[in-house]
Amino acid sequence: MSDSIITNPKILIKDLNFYYGKFHALKQVNLDIPEKKVTAFIGPSGCGKSTLLRTFNRMYELYPKQKAQGDIILDGKNILDPRQDLNKLRAKVGMVFQKPTPFPMSIFDNIAFGVKLYENLSRRDMAERVEWALRKAALWDEVKDKLKQSGNSLSGGQQQRLCIARAIAVKPEVVLLDEPASALDPISTAHIEELIHELKEDYTIVIVTHNMQQAARVSDYTAYMYLGELIEFGNTDTIFTTPKKKATEDYITGKFG
Amino acid sequence: MDTRYLRRRIINGFNLTISLLAMLFGLFWLSWILWTLLEHGIQGLLNSTLFTQMTPPPGSNGGLLNAIAGSFFMTMVATMIGTPVGILAGTYLAEFGQKGWLAPTTRFINDILLSAPSIVIGLFVYEIYVINVGHFSGWAGSFALALIVIPVVVRTTENMLRLVPNTLREAAAALGAPQWKIIMLVTLRASRAGILTGLLLAVARISGETAPLLFTALNNQFWSANMNQPMANLPVVIFQFAMSPYDDWRNLAWAGALLITFGVLTLNILARVFFRQKTALH
Repeated sequence: MSDSIITNPKILIKDLNFYYGKFHALKQVNLDIPEKKVTAFIGPSGCGKSTLLRTFNRMYELYPKQKAQGDIILDGKNILDPRQDLNKLRAKVGMVFQKPTPFPMSIFDNIAFGVKLYENLSRRDMAERVEWALRKAALWDEVKDKLKQSGNSLSGGQQQRLCIARAIAVKPEVVLLDEPASALDPISTAHIEELIHELKEDYTIVIVTHNMQQAARVSDYTAYMYLGELIEFGNTDTIFTTPKKKATEDYITGKFG
Repeated sequence: MDTRYLRRRIINGFNLTISLLAMLFGLFWLSWILWTLLEHGIQGLLNSTLFTQMTPPPGSNGGLLNAIAGSFFMTMVATMIGTPVGILAGTYLAEFGQKGWLAPTTRFINDILLSAPSIVIGLFVYEIYVINVGHFSGWAGSFALALIVIPVVVRTTENMLRLVPNTLREAAAALGAPQWKIIMLVTLRASRAGILTGLLLAVARISGETAPLLFTALNNQFWSANMNQPMANLPVVIFQFAMSPYDDWRNLAWAGALLITFGVLTLNILARVFFRQKTALH
C-alpha cells in the first residue's frame, strides 16, 4: 500500500506479526520507513504502535515470551535474522523512551556510556564527542558548566534531551522515539519537537505519539494503527486532511479514540 | 448533619484513638528500656577505663576493651564474608531469576534462613566447625555472624534492584550494552544507596547477637587479636556479667549494653541518611 509514496526506504517491514505469549499484537504489518524523514505512528492505546517500534531494535528480546515473525529489512539486511548481532543493530538504531532515563552517573558519563561500548576514544576525543552530542541535542549551553553533576539533577525536559544526546552520541542511523514528550511540560515538548526537526537532517526518525497535533507538527509521514493492524499510511498532510479510510478520519477528527 | 457523616466521624475518631494508644504502648516500653539502660549504664560508659582496660576478675576494676575489639573484629570479618555473597546472590535473584526453579527455591530458602533463630545458626557452626577444629575461635564466631548477614543482604539487594525501573535497563540495552555491563554500571549503581542501607542494618543486627557467639567464639578474659583463639565479645560478656552476683561486673554489663545500643542507633541513623540521599536523587 505504501510502495507508491516512499522512494528511499530505510526500513522495509514485510508481513510482520508479533506475539506477546499467545496474544497476537501485530497482524501482517507491511510498511516502508523513509530515510532521513520523520515517520509518526499514531493510534489508540494498545494498537501496537510501541510494539512495532520496539521490533526495530529487537527490544522485545529482553522478555522471553515476546516474539516477532516476518521480515524487517534495514539497509538490505533482515534484522530479525537470529544471526544479526544485537549490539551492532542497537548501535545503528538508537532509542529514546517515554520517561527520561538518565543513568545514575554524571552528565558526561551518561553520554560516554554508549560511546565506550563501541569505540576506544582518547580523553580528548571523548570530550569532543560528548560536546558534539550535547550540542546536537540542544543541551550544551545549559550543561557545559556542570558536566560532572549527576544526570538526575537536571529537569525532566533536560533529562530527555540528555537521553537523546546519549542515543545520537553512538552515531546511529535510525532514532526511535517512544512518546518522547508525553511526560514533559509544553515548553520542554516544544524544545524536543524543534530538536526532531533538526535531527531529521542526519537521521531516520520514527516517533510514536499519543498526541495527534504533535504528529501533525513533527512528522513527514504518518501511519495510523488500530488493533494491531496498519490501517493507513501516507504523507502526514494527506493523512490529516484527506485520509482515504473512514477509520482514520474518525480517529483524527476525534469521533473515536 | 446527617447521621452517616456523624457515624463516619465517630469511627474515624475511634480508630485514631486506638492507633495512638497502640503507638504509645510500644513507645512506653521502648523508652523504659532506654531509660533503664541510660540510668545504669551511663556511669560505666563515662568511665575512661571502659575503653582502656580488659574485662576484670570479680572484685577489681576493669573495662571492656577486649570485648569491644573482639566484637569489632568478628563483625568486620562477618561483613566481609557476607557482603559479596549476599550482593551477588541478590543480584542473581533480581536480574536473572525470571524463569526456572533455581531462583524461587533460593528465595524461599533465603527467607527461611532470614527468620532462623540465631541460636540454631550458632549450633550449626559449632557442629560443623568448632567440633572439627577442636576449639572455640573468632573465626567460628565470624562464620556464624556471616550466616546471619547473608540472608539480610540477599533480601535487600534483591528488593533494591527490583526498585530500579525497567526502563533504565531497557535504556542501557537500547544502546547495545551487554547484560553484565547493564548490571554493573547501571542497575547496581542506581541501587547502591539502598544496598548500603541494608548492609548497615545487617551490621546493626549482628552487633547485638549473643546466641550464635556462645557456641562459637565463646569468650576470652584477656586481650586477643588471634582469630583462631576464643575471642571476647560484647554480647557474651554482657550475658555473663549481668548474671553474676558482683556489682562491678553488673555495672560493666550495663555499660556494654548501652554501648551496643548507641552503636546500633548510630548505624540506623547512618542508614536513614544514606537512604534519604538515594530517594532525593529520584
